[in-house]
Amino acid sequence: MARIYAGLTASHVPAIGAAIDLGKTREPYWRPVFEGFEFTKHWIQQQPPDVIVLVYNDHASAFSMEIIPTFALGCADRFEPADEGWGPRPVPTVMGHSELAAHIAQSVILDEFDLTIVNKMEVDHGLTVPLSLVFGQPSEWPCRVIPLPVNVVQYPPPTGRRCFNFGRAIARAIASYPEDLRVMVWGTGGMSHQLQGKRAGLINQAFDNHFLDSIGPHPEALTGITHLEYLRESGSEGIELVMWLIMRGAMSERVRVLHRFYHVPASNTALGHLLLENEV
Amino acid sequence: MDEQHDYDDIPGTTVFDAERARRGYHLNMFCMSLMKAENRAAFKANEAEFLQRFPMTPEQRQAVLDRDWNRMIELGGNIYFLAKLFSTDGKSFQYTAAQMTGLSQEQYAQMMLAGGRPIEGNRTKSEWKDRG
Repeated sequence: MARIYAGLTASHVPAIGAAIDLGKTREPYWRPVFEGFEFTKHWIQQQPPDVIVLVYNDHASAFSMEIIPTFALGCADRFEPADEGWGPRPVPTVMGHSELAAHIAQSVILDEFDLTIVNKMEVDHGLTVPLSLVFGQPSEWPCRVIPLPVNVVQYPPPTGRRCFNFGRAIARAIASYPEDLRVMVWGTGGMSHQLQGKRAGLINQAFDNHFLDSIGPHPEALTGITHLEYLRESGSEGIELVMWLIMRGAMSERVRVLHRFYHVPASNTALGHLLLENEV
Repeated sequence: MDEQHDYDDIPGTTVFDAERARRGYHLNMFCMSLMKAENRAAFKANEAEFLQRFPMTPEQRQAVLDRDWNRMIELGGNIYFLAKLFSTDGKSFQYTAAQMTGLSQEQYAQMMLAGGRPIEGNRTKSEWKDRG
């Protein structure tokens, strides 16, 4: 049986990818960001996943204005890094797990989560930056990755509660897959940031820290945060945090927080990172 | 007719909702076209002429030519699409954010290093009423 054993959250700031790709990780500005992931880098070598279900959002790379799926699932065998306007990131091709992805898609749709099946897609920094933060610069990624893009670009994204319940459906799907697989679910994006308008640069450390403190022990309380509250309190792009609730919904009711990291700023963004383990 | 929304009360913030996405469709698709090197070259060679390929409004075309980021957002542009345009110009998110806030890039970078723009005083339009 496939089994979710751990979950992880991480911001996916594009400048972090650039810092890695350009060899700037030891510069004073970036060093604290990468030190915040050292614990997880060591932990994951001891506890490697077979498959990661990676929740992220596409940033006008694979999806333009032509088609905007609210929830999608990458069901292909491989996903190439996208050219986001300055050439693709020099990172390995992302190898999918089409058998498990097909099983998840069939299971969650019958479970009333009507996601979009994507069989051809490039993946942008939203997906590859968290992989780089945790795995560094390998010649190939050490496990399979099933991309799960969520629309948070055009308002409205799915509600936090919907995301949490979708996570639960993903957990049911994975638990009913017959092969023995160790699965992690990652929720990426956030934390508070605003990239547009005269309020650009907004950071709300109190909101972020409350979110970080609550998502392990009291995720249900976070599912009640309205879109207005995200937009107002965490900035117009902070609403990406709904994606963390998919990860949390996929985890057990009780989790252990193995690692917590928070840092301001990473470019325009408050960076948050958690590593969670299911209590059995 | 413009519908009223609860998020209209957030100052200095334009939510990219379905109505703005509708208005900004061709502006954003113009930006998307800059993902291709040949289109970037054609745009750089003659911006006004390239913009004629897209059925945008004259106001949208002018905002692009002026690189008036706040105006583009007002006219339905979305920041992730506009990113293709400022990347074509060789500019960063931080440069563009500084432009939108009326700060120099240096001032903006310092604000971020000092913890970013605080939430206090930046929640509602009533808190900004003296800012014009």
